[in-house]
Amino acid sequence: MLISSLFMRMSLTTHSFLSSFHSHLCFVISSFQMQFMLLFSRQGKLRLQKWYVPLSDKEKKKITRELVQTVLARKPKMCSFLEWRDLKIVYKRYASLYFCCATEGQDNELITLEIIHRYVELLDKYFGSVCELDIIFNFEKAYFILDEFLLGGEAQETSKKNVLKAIEQADLLQENIDFQTSLFAGTVYETPDSTCSFSSVALDCRLANNTKTGRNNTPTTS
Amino acid sequence: MSDVVEKTLTALPSLLSLDSQPGSAKLSTNSKLGSLIRGITELTSKHEEEKLIQRELSSIKEQVSSPNTTMRQMKELMVRTIYCEMLGYEATFSYIHAIKLAQQGNVLEKRVGYLAVSLFLNESHELLLLLVNTVLKDLQSTNLIEVCMALTVVSQMFPKDMIPAILPLVEEKLNHSKEIIRRKAVLALYKFYLIAPNQVQHIHNRFRKALCDKDPGVMSASLHIYLQLIQENPESYKDLTASFVTILKQVVAGKLPMDFNYHSVPAPWLQIQLLRILSLLGKSDQSTSEVMYEILDESLRRAEMNHNITYAILYECVKCIYTIHPKSELLEKAAKVIGNFVLSQRINLKYLGLKALTYVVHQDPRLALQHQMTIIECLDHPDVIIKRETLELLFRITNDQNVTVIVEKMLDFMSINKEDHTTADLVGKVAELAEKYAPDNEWFVETMNTVFSVGGDTLQPDIPNSFLKLLSEGFDDEEENKKLRLFAVNSYISLLQGEPSKLPQRFLQAICWVLGEYSHLREDVEPDLVLRLLVKLLNIKSTSSETKSWILMAMTKLCSGGAPLSVPLEVSETYSSSMDTMLRQRAQELQYLSQNPELQARVLPRGVSQEPMEVDSSLSFLDGFVSEALAAGAAPYKPPHQRQEELSRSKALSLEPYGLSLPISMSSCSIADRQSPTLLSVSSGLSGDRTDHSHKGGSTTLKLDGVRRVWGKEGYLAQRESAEETAPVEAPSPLQPLVQQGDGDASYSQTPTPIPECEQEKQQLASSLFVGLASQSSVCLMGKSEQTSQRFRRKLKDPAASFPSSTQNPLVSPPSSVGHLLLDSSISSDLISSPEQTHLSSVDLTVANGEVELPDRDMKGIKSTLLREDSALAAGSSPHEELDRPKDSCLTSHLPAELSGLPHSEITPLCTSPSLDLSSCHVQKDDSLVLLVFMKSSSDYDIQQIQVQVTCEELEVSCVCDSPVEELKSHGVVVCQYFLTVKSPSVYFVLSGMMSHQIPDNSLQETQFSHRIPLTSFLRPLRLSTEEYGTMWLAFSHDTKQNLPLMMDAEEPLTATLKVLKDKLQLHVVEIIGNEGIVACCLRQDQPCLLHCRVHAGMLAVWLRSPIPELPDCLLYHCQRALQES
Repeated sequence: MLISSLFMRMSLTTHSFLSSFHSHLCFVISSFQMQFMLLFSRQGKLRLQKWYVPLSDKEKKKITRELVQTVLARKPKMCSFLEWRDLKIVYKRYASLYFCCATEGQDNELITLEIIHRYVELLDKYFGSVCELDIIFNFEKAYFILDEFLLGGEAQETSKKNVLKAIEQADLLQENIDFQTSLFAGTVYETPDSTCSFSSVALDCRLANNTKTGRNNTPTTS
Repeated sequence: MSDVVEKTLTALPSLLSLDSQPGSAKLSTNSKLGSLIRGITELTSKHEEEKLIQRELSSIKEQVSSPNTTMRQMKELMVRTIYCEMLGYEATFSYIHAIKLAQQGNVLEKRVGYLAVSLFLNESHELLLLLVNTVLKDLQSTNLIEVCMALTVVSQMFPKDMIPAILPLVEEKLNHSKEIIRRKAVLALYKFYLIAPNQVQHIHNRFRKALCDKDPGVMSASLHIYLQLIQENPESYKDLTASFVTILKQVVAGKLPMDFNYHSVPAPWLQIQLLRILSLLGKSDQSTSEVMYEILDESLRRAEMNHNITYAILYECVKCIYTIHPKSELLEKAAKVIGNFVLSQRINLKYLGLKALTYVVHQDPRLALQHQMTIIECLDHPDVIIKRETLELLFRITNDQNVTVIVEKMLDFMSINKEDHTTADLVGKVAELAEKYAPDNEWFVETMNTVFSVGGDTLQPDIPNSFLKLLSEGFDDEEENKKLRLFAVNSYISLLQGEPSKLPQRFLQAICWVLGEYSHLREDVEPDLVLRLLVKLLNIKSTSSETKSWILMAMTKLCSGGAPLSVPLEVSETYSSSMDTMLRQRAQELQYLSQNPELQARVLPRGVSQEPMEVDSSLSFLDGFVSEALAAGAAPYKPPHQRQEELSRSKALSLEPYGLSLPISMSSCSIADRQSPTLLSVSSGLSGDRTDHSHKGGSTTLKLDGVRRVWGKEGYLAQRESAEETAPVEAPSPLQPLVQQGDGDASYSQTPTPIPECEQEKQQLASSLFVGLASQSSVCLMGKSEQTSQRFRRKLKDPAASFPSSTQNPLVSPPSSVGHLLLDSSISSDLISSPEQTHLSSVDLTVANGEVELPDRDMKGIKSTLLREDSALAAGSSPHEELDRPKDSCLTSHLPAELSGLPHSEITPLCTSPSLDLSSCHVQKDDSLVLLVFMKSSSDYDIQQIQVQVTCEELEVSCVCDSPVEELKSHGVVVCQYFLTVKSPSVYFVLSGMMSHQIPDNSLQETQFSHRIPLTSFLRPLRLSTEEYGTMWLAFSHDTKQNLPLMMDAEEPLTATLKVLKDKLQLHVVEIIGNEGIVACCLRQDQPCLLHCRVHAGMLAVWLRSPIPELPDCLLYHCQRALQES
């Protein structure tokens, strides 16, 4: 009967020994890997999500919701970095789109910021002065570019030319096949690099117009 | 901005003439995705959107499962499904179709299929297994794009168990002629390395080839792997330092193709990666560091453009310079860079500057001093992130002089902060600072009160624990202890008299404990008053049942003071019928103890300082009760996991409703074991590490978390001079704040002109924040530790002191420390690759750390027993040894009859007391190990009531007869038997024991001893067929791989080596085919371990697998030793 009460007192004396033991065992290897990347609009609508760590759908949704709220609440002049839970969030706004990356605490935040920027440059080059609509309607292309640039959370290829070459090769193949099938089916399909549909801009142009801050492709230089 | 507006404007005409432009047609009219997206944008409410998407999804579902859908349509459907999933609507039905698409589609349908798979599934998803075949096929494809796609998906996710299936193909791709394929193959291997390091061990040398690849892309991809490898084991890659330096030199000099430039900076990602690698290599290694000084200097010089990317490189350079062995010139330059960052108007740079400052401040506190005004400004920065980082910096420079100001700042921040994670982190830091540097009792208790009430229930559980521990253990001054406790009692009584319902549960628990233990210190307060306060607390609805049991415990303690019995009786009656078993138990205790003052005094002695309590975690004192119950027909006890297993096997009725009580009792009982729940929740990160330092009492003033101090001779001298320079300047009196201090630093000059009022305030703050910073550094550099400044220093407890009478015997040593060190050595043996080294270091460790104070003679004793134990298995068949020792042989005759036929280890002395000699040996039975303890009386009188208790954390010890030996005739011998089974494997098991007996004058004598048994004694051959082995192999999850020496001189090296293992460790060799062999053994029937041995490059590549996490490592250690000795 009294054993447990003894243990209760015990707990106070054994604790430090245990914790010192614990610190021996857990030597954590830090990683510079990116955890995930999210693109969302000023309205909080998700435009792209890429997770480099395995998480359940429920967790992903929770993280996305909380993070979008936190980032949108921040004022324009504020720091582009955030500490959130035990992650470091690096975000940047381009026109109406927020690009948001999560890394582990010890990473170099500036370089993550430049990763975002390089990705935007790639999109820009591929779509030809990209806007949110390009990404909405051709999100799979945006994913393909991302996969060529970052693989498994690490920068794979930092040469702009090489990334785009890889994408274009795959696209070229698409054109050929499209062409062949169209010969048989008798329907003409557009080539993939046709400019984005502007008829639907009507719906979204208010998003773009509401956005008083402009595209910010070149980094601020003071 | 202009671009967007322009684009929108150009779009307007096309709106008027709808669809006139060719580009718009595809997406708006023909594409179903387009219409879906437009449909969603037109909607006004979330509800409508949900309806629309559900409709969309059900139509997609119908189409994908229809057999008539072509792959082409499937591709389009998949894109739409991805969109729906992104909006947060689940479409699990489509996952299998995504895999099908990747499998059956043509190249670009495949592309979408793979994309969908990589977005839908994660690496633990079971459907991913279905992808393996597709990947395998595509890797062999002649179409480069297909190979690329397969490699891309593999580097994102792949089932760990299937890696061997595709590994050869990926490896082959390292030689591919296209650089893009090589690059992706390297990244795929990197991914494999991250999820299953053992499986790519054999191709480490191929990474070197990738590092030398002529394509910069492949080379930089291989750096990811090297960064990881070097982080784990910098020693084995020191030889590459020069190569990395050369690569960096070339990159910095712009030798790479122009495509790799980013904003005219050559390959910045590559540079940063290299800098990270260099800092890992140069860390506390002077000669390696010297190789890189030049290039670091060059990097600093080249990065002068005003662009984020150059700052990113500079930041990495600074970090590297402060991590490696210091060089004063570089440090100066780095300090200047940090200064530029901190003073920058750009907020991102300022943030990074603060971060860098935090990183370096323990090496160079002057730097913080230099920027103190900036730091003060940052404290009031509108952006919380900056504030937060500043607090982090202040946390690092806290000392006993500025602690009150800094803690106040931290508490201020917490009161405005809403985020739980940050609060929990800060609360831990405040608690740590308070414990270390508290200026007085009052402040300490009050700060801790705030910590508890602000931290609430997000608090790390170790904070209240260590607080209570500190109160109970106290410091060296007894008077001071009493004052602190009294103050705590006072403060808590007044808190409870206020509104206790608002206090968090953890706080209430701590309050209860303190009041229970120490409220008697306050003589003017009746225990009755405290009791009534506690009852009030008990009646608050929000009080959790855990807190209630703390309250009942406190009441139990209070009752001993002869308080009126009505209150506790009433309470205990109410709760003795509670549904909560824990509460019921406490109520019973309260009832029983409050009526029985004698027992009460024995169980809960008052005012006794906390002696480390010996806890019999095996609960052997209950053995009598258990055997009675067993005799009466009760079922034998099975541990919970076994019960669970059986339950799932037999599919019996669920025991759900009882599920909860189990963890509760576990948490209260298993504290003595290492797997204690409290242990797992120790606060993570830096603060955790740091508390440990402080516990050891020898911590230095400057906190060296994460990074070791790297001051070498050069830097040390330079620093000391400057410290002396500033020495007369610091510690300003409050009247003349800081002006002098500013003068001390050239870069921060201030004229003594009249200062505006707000400035003055800031300066006052500065002087209170940065006081003692410089002095501290000088003190520390002189080599003094901060013993005096640390107020709440824990009493240093000599582990040996708690084991009286242990010095008599060489074998007796504090069991805890030995267990520890052995573990250490087993860890180190994993890390050190050279087998010879391993052997030496582990032996050294065991001996040196185990018994440092013992004279040489004793050390030898230990060494020899170590060796003897190892040869224990052979001992049974080597009678000559017994002949040498007549004393032993006479004991051998006392072996119990049923065990005498079995092999037994040599009989070794355990301990001696004036009247008794204890020796022991172990006997191997098929299912367990029996420890025999021989008690031989060496006195001329009869000894009575001998009792020997043996315990071990990793072993289950059950005694055959637990009742004490009533009487031992003069010079007689008695034998005790203990059955040992392994709970959790370890390289050696250290049994600690206690023997007590009565000598004629009726006084009780106690002697402690310890005994070591190697894991090998528990190993039994596991006889299996090859098929059984195969199925078991796949089922086990914990594995280890290592190369062991092979007996090269024998004719058949593999067979000879395995025979040695078989003979020495009792392993069972299942089969040997060619240069591979499979071996099996087990501890108990349910604790198997399988070994797969392969001759490879003159070594024996051993791969161990087991369902028990620790077993492979422990076994590997013994295999290594067995092979080295032979």
